[in-house]
Amino acid sequence: MKQSEFEKKYEFFWSELENKLISDYSSASNNSKQGKDLDSIKKNQSQTSDLGEEFPENYRLLCHHLSLSRSRHYSPLLVERLEKLVINAHQIYYKRKTHMLAAVLIYFTSGFSQSVRKEWRWVLLSSVLFFGTFFGMLVTLQYYPDMVYTVISGEQLAQMESMYDPSQDKIGRDRDSGTDFEMFGFYIFNNTGIGLRTFASGLLFGIGSVLTLVFNGLTIGGVAGYLTFIGYSSTFWPFVSGHSAMELTAIVLSGAAGFKLGFSIINPGRKSRIRSLIDSAREAVYMMYGVATMFIIAAFIEAYWSSMTDIPSVVKYTVGIINWLLLITYFLVLGRQRAIR
Amino acid sequence: MVSNLLDSVNTIQTPEGVDIHLRIAGIWPRSVAWLVDLLIRGLMYALLAILAGVLGDFGSGLMLIGFFFMEWFYPVLFEVFNKGMTPGKKFLNIQVLNSDGTPVGWSPSMLRNILRTVDFLPFFYGLGFASMLLNDKFQRLGDLAADTIVVYVNHSTGITSIPEQSAIKPSYDLNLKEQQSIIRYAERSQQLSDERMQELAEILNPLDIPEHRMTKNKLLGIANGLIGRK
Repeated sequence: MKQSEFEKKYEFFWSELENKLISDYSSASNNSKQGKDLDSIKKNQSQTSDLGEEFPENYRLLCHHLSLSRSRHYSPLLVERLEKLVINAHQIYYKRKTHMLAAVLIYFTSGFSQSVRKEWRWVLLSSVLFFGTFFGMLVTLQYYPDMVYTVISGEQLAQMESMYDPSQDKIGRDRDSGTDFEMFGFYIFNNTGIGLRTFASGLLFGIGSVLTLVFNGLTIGGVAGYLTFIGYSSTFWPFVSGHSAMELTAIVLSGAAGFKLGFSIINPGRKSRIRSLIDSAREAVYMMYGVATMFIIAAFIEAYWSSMTDIPSVVKYTVGIINWLLLITYFLVLGRQRAIR
Repeated sequence: MVSNLLDSVNTIQTPEGVDIHLRIAGIWPRSVAWLVDLLIRGLMYALLAILAGVLGDFGSGLMLIGFFFMEWFYPVLFEVFNKGMTPGKKFLNIQVLNSDGTPVGWSPSMLRNILRTVDFLPFFYGLGFASMLLNDKFQRLGDLAADTIVVYVNHSTGITSIPEQSAIKPSYDLNLKEQQSIIRYAERSQQLSDERMQELAEILNPLDIPEHRMTKNKLLGIANGLIGRK
């Protein structure tokens, strides 16, 4: 078939498809915005899009036309036009559809805890590094309190001292800093950022994760040890007990996810290094969704619960212990019945 | 396409068995897109800060939460909901895709944007640049881990057709390559000036023999014949 005949025969089909693809592009982005509406979700699933039921068939026919025009050496312009059409259709046809609400639900009832259990080796390594340095520093300072200056500057210590001074009306923050909500914002911005960076820096063969875990273990242990030594236990420990479970576990899990990234390059097994990285990275970021959520919950507890001063320490300790138990149970129990995704 | 030439075209085979060619975007367009995004983000930071000033303590809490989302999720939201294009990328006509040419979803987009932190090391995207230069798809570390590429967006070109003329049969048989060049020549006739078209046609005149002179119209006529018009 000569080119002009071919063009004449299918011109209508192509231009029709071209118009539809353009209009679908804009409508697809509109649909995704109103994702919360259940009806619209259902609609999205039942029909691929506005392109109609015959889209898959049309798409395959289009691909066929492209191969034909290539093998028949039709002109580059025609081939180019068809190829662009195919590229656009390909992107719509193979768009990965997610059922957002269901995915989130499954994630928090099973997926997250499963992924943490699966990576227990890295969680263990991460815990040893973080809690090891934390308790090491805490205990050491009770005997050699001057050691605190090796990890924290005098200026910062003075600030910490004033924050946890038992005569304060709001503990755990500067005298001049503002409301609970402001602190909530600050904790999200600061702590979640640290977590995400701990994860990312694991890509450098895990070195970044080791450094951040050890550094955080030493400083947090330093502050805790120093404040305990100077006798501020009555304000410091009740303050941190509430959010400690969420926050410390989240730091440890960030490190674990980072180790998974780094180790996938060091020891790729039977895969190529890059393939191994891609596969592990998918799993690691899957875990990070939950970790980021934990940081935000921790920020909420720290801003609204931990800072309250008119609650007796016994209650605060009890809540803290319950939080730890709940969290440990969550990771040990949830999602055991459901097959790993 | 000659395979041993340096080329930024990346060929992907779709499940339907056809090849599609994506043009990979290099360091320069991506840097400019990043700068544009930086400007936009800067503006939004400023707006947030002004808003915070008006609302007081509550506002500064809101501002910090806003900063957090801007820092980590600004690119993710655009990449997922806007066909892989942040405003900066849209400005430069480039988009993020999975390396198989499909649109990016949440996980790859999150990954490549969280790992941006590492690409930024040791200072100003040092590792990112190094990785892009060592890699045939210009991927930074985040792209490598997320298996994504940044390519030029496809614009459907205006349909240019060969101007109609009565077909001429060439005086000798043309091989495939010659046929294709002549058709390509005819297709570009609307983009080039008449003088340039004439000049190009003249290349086919090795000897100055008036009765065998090649002209623009003669070539267009041959092209018409080749694509099957009468």
